[in-house]
Amino acid sequence: MPETVISAQNLGLTFETNDGPVHALKDITLDIAEGEFVSLIGPSGCGKTTLLRVIADLEKPTGGTVSINGMTPEQARLARAYGYVFQQAALLPWRTIEDNISLPLEVMGLDSATRASRIKSNLELVNLAGFEKKFPWQLSGGMQQRASIARALAVEPQMLLMDEPFGALDEIVRDHLNEQLLKLWAKTKKTVVFVTHSIPEAVFLSTKIVVMSPRPGRIHEIIDCSELGTDRPLDIRESPEFLRIAHQVREGLKAGHSYDE
Amino acid sequence: MSDSSLFRDKILPIGTVVLAIIAIWYATAVFLNAPFERDQAERAKTTISFSEILPRTMAQERPVLPAPHQVFAELWDTTIGKKITSKRSLVYHSWITLSSTLLGFLMGTVLGVALAVGIVHFQTLDRSLMPWIITSQTIPILAIAPMIIVVLNAVGISGLLPKATISMYLSFFPIAVGMTKGLRSPEVMHLDLMRTYSASASQTFWKLRLPAAVPFLVTSMKVAISIALVGAIVGELPTGAVAGLGARLLAGSYYGQTVQIWSALLMAAALAGLLVMTVDIIGARVNRRMGVKPA
Repeated sequence: MPETVISAQNLGLTFETNDGPVHALKDITLDIAEGEFVSLIGPSGCGKTTLLRVIADLEKPTGGTVSINGMTPEQARLARAYGYVFQQAALLPWRTIEDNISLPLEVMGLDSATRASRIKSNLELVNLAGFEKKFPWQLSGGMQQRASIARALAVEPQMLLMDEPFGALDEIVRDHLNEQLLKLWAKTKKTVVFVTHSIPEAVFLSTKIVVMSPRPGRIHEIIDCSELGTDRPLDIRESPEFLRIAHQVREGLKAGHSYDE
Repeated sequence: MSDSSLFRDKILPIGTVVLAIIAIWYATAVFLNAPFERDQAERAKTTISFSEILPRTMAQERPVLPAPHQVFAELWDTTIGKKITSKRSLVYHSWITLSSTLLGFLMGTVLGVALAVGIVHFQTLDRSLMPWIITSQTIPILAIAPMIIVVLNAVGISGLLPKATISMYLSFFPIAVGMTKGLRSPEVMHLDLMRTYSASASQTFWKLRLPAAVPFLVTSMKVAISIALVGAIVGELPTGAVAGLGARLLAGSYYGQTVQIWSALLMAAALAGLLVMTVDIIGARVNRRMGVKPA
């Protein structure tokens, strides 16, 4: 049995606004084991991004506890236990691709030889070798997002937190990156928490799908996808198992969400 | 296409405007200087025709408005025609003004950047300093310039520094405002990114805020350097300075030397243009090195 990496107990987060309190997260209890690929899926406003930000210590919960390897999120952040990939590539426009990947390594205070070797190996990992000297605007959206994944991996974190990383890309690029991400995951064996609102993306990538529902943001259902195995070509999306799980996710989203709200 | 574009995009539009200005200038000079000629003719109890008036309006010694060629002749005479060490050389006077402009601009840039860094990092400074910074610019510079000169003189500081202080007083403002905006320009996502790296405040400053502010700094420096020049000239007016473009303007107005005033004015304008252009070229170079997409 693999070790639990992320454990949330009765987690809650309430924002005080002028229109009264907003329950962004309520009673979230979730365990994520080492090496898992967990997708958080749900309609907008269900708190999936907020949950990811709480794990990353970008938001403070107002109730319950989260622990990451037995540490608080803040300790985990200070220990650089995770790499975070945002919805946009968020590359610094004045830095070349290699200098962008160097950024977290400079913050960590690594020497230049270590930085150079990590830049090289991680750019190769995302198939961007040869683009070291380019500026971000010279790369396509998909390549920029791959660079930002390389930047997150260069920290050599134990886990990757990804907030709709392919949400802004077109479907063809997205399919391609999904395939690459799976290969990357198989190679690096990182724990991944992945926020998405695409059902096929979630089913294709995940070992476990967390279906969330809004107002208050809570977990509606947790669906296991391990029966799809680890080797997943794109064609798997036409297989009966895939379609069955996708159907289950869709039903879960429907049940947890009234569309007339 | 590219060889004709310099002419079409730059020389033609600018040249057209210059020609129009010169034409209007001549017409206005004739119109403004003609009454003096008519007056003279009346006193001499003679009548004078327009064709006689016309050339005279362009050759008066103390015209209301000197004709362009008079100003350019004076400019030529006082720049090329005089040794630059001469007290009558406009190059000498320009250098005096330029040196206090540059010193004041440098001081203003340092002060403006320092203020912006403080304002961005400490909320107390934002609340306490910003209103004063804005108030400082609502005081007419002509009112406060003599005070600065007097106060600095009383503590034994004279010469270049008081004038540079006035330049600084004017030029720190656009730098402080532009730099504050620039240091605050990074997106929330980039700030979150630095947080996920557990970056310290100083790392976030040097690696994110400062580079993000550079384009803002370049833009505000362009404004600052031209008003630093204005500051230096204004600083020369109330002090009875004997050298500098301001002193030339003042001396010209004492003795009704309009040609001298206009040539000093044109020189100041040319100097301002040169300074802005220099900042522009340096800025463009910095931007290119920082990967700004060429337009």
